[in-house]
Amino acid sequence: MKIGVLAVQGAAREHILCLRKLGVEAVPVLRPPDLLDLSGIVLPGGESTAQWRLLSRAGLAEPLKKALEEGLPAFGTCAGLILLAKEITNWPEHYLGLLDVAVERNATGRQVDSFEAEVEVDGLGEVPAVFIRAPAIRRVGRGVEVLGTHDDEPALVKQGAILGATFHPELTEDLRVHELFLNLCRKE
Amino acid sequence: MQKGTYRVKTGFAEMFKGGVIMDVTTPEQAQIAEEAGAVAVMALERVPADIRAQGGVARMADPKKIKEIMRAVSIPVMAKCRIGHIAEARILEALGVDFIDESEVLTPADPFHHIDKWQFKVPFVCGCRDLGEACRRLAEGAAMLRTKGEAGTGNVVEAVRHMRILNDQIRRLKEMSRAELVTYAKEIGAPVEILEMIQELGRLPVVNFAAGGIATPADAALMRMLGADGVFVGSGIFKSENPEKRARAIVLACTYYDDPELLAKVSEDLGEAMPGVEIEKIPEHSLMQYR
Repeated sequence: MKIGVLAVQGAAREHILCLRKLGVEAVPVLRPPDLLDLSGIVLPGGESTAQWRLLSRAGLAEPLKKALEEGLPAFGTCAGLILLAKEITNWPEHYLGLLDVAVERNATGRQVDSFEAEVEVDGLGEVPAVFIRAPAIRRVGRGVEVLGTHDDEPALVKQGAILGATFHPELTEDLRVHELFLNLCRKE
Repeated sequence: MQKGTYRVKTGFAEMFKGGVIMDVTTPEQAQIAEEAGAVAVMALERVPADIRAQGGVARMADPKKIKEIMRAVSIPVMAKCRIGHIAEARILEALGVDFIDESEVLTPADPFHHIDKWQFKVPFVCGCRDLGEACRRLAEGAAMLRTKGEAGTGNVVEAVRHMRILNDQIRRLKEMSRAELVTYAKEIGAPVEILEMIQELGRLPVVNFAAGGIATPADAALMRMLGADGVFVGSGIFKSENPEKRARAIVLACTYYDDPELLAKVSEDLGEAMPGVEIEKIPEHSLMQYR
């Protein structure tokens, strides 16, 4: 099984290392041909505005959107979740618009308010998580399942083959959320 | 819930990888940088080229200016404090800036020490010219590094020098026995434990950007080819003829540094770059990198 990690900007390396530890082939995605033969794709953290501008200007936004619409499983963390979301409450743009949630950018405030905490995930229990200038999920559409919460707020959501997290599992040693995504990829 | 942990600080720096951090002096410039695809902006009163030209003591920017820039953009905002100036750093932390650059571009405030960065919730980035300096900054708690280069010159040669030196030292470190490592630690003024960590990882334990003299998309691509995780562009953008176009081109070049055809395309028709300075023409006491 080959999993792509979007690598135009952000924490691609950390996701690639997590996926390789789980025994799957993980490759960076920078150009449209990199999307071929993937069983899933990770959209990592970074700056969503920078990532989107790079995706658009390098001609990768449309092929990526098409692959996701055709059912390629995706896992967006932080900025990756923002790219996937249908609505951004405090920003004039939205990007791929494939996950029916409304997110608020930088909802936890500035970097001094970034934190480590546990996320309560269905079937996994407490999972260590790092929240960095993290977005919040303000609305969850019908057909979107909340799989994990922090402080009673949704932190990990799933709609079909798309998984979105407000936090960074790739910055911890715990690989269970990545494993959950790989199970999703195997099912598709 | 734990705030300000080393993991939260270094993890934030990981999010900048592959990106460009741009010096800005006004909210309008900050918006141009954000639209161009910058991953963060550095809020300043004067860009390094002007600091160099005007001389005098260069200090932390006016908090009003920093707050205006923070309000103008959604991307992270960094600001510089003088080396060793704990009070300026506390002020920047209180303002809520996302990263502090303890920077040689400003006039140093402490002739003996850098700031003990472990005492802060906000993360710090520091400059380095070699592995010893990098290790000392890490020992003080820096969550991100950047090679110094020579700021405000538009001349990439010192940035290349510092990255080459760092790469060469890490390559040699990887081959060293324990006994050699201890002697080497003494030689370069680096703590043994940090050298051991770098030897085991085979790279620096935090994100390392290149800075100081990057003025063109090709310069950015060059620094990425040499292993920089991303670049800081200071005077190079807003001292050039067409900042918008140049900023966008540098952002693309930083990601697609291994694609010469794309580099050729984005380098085309950018207008005049910032005027450059030969390093040999700068008197040694005016070089910022030795601070």
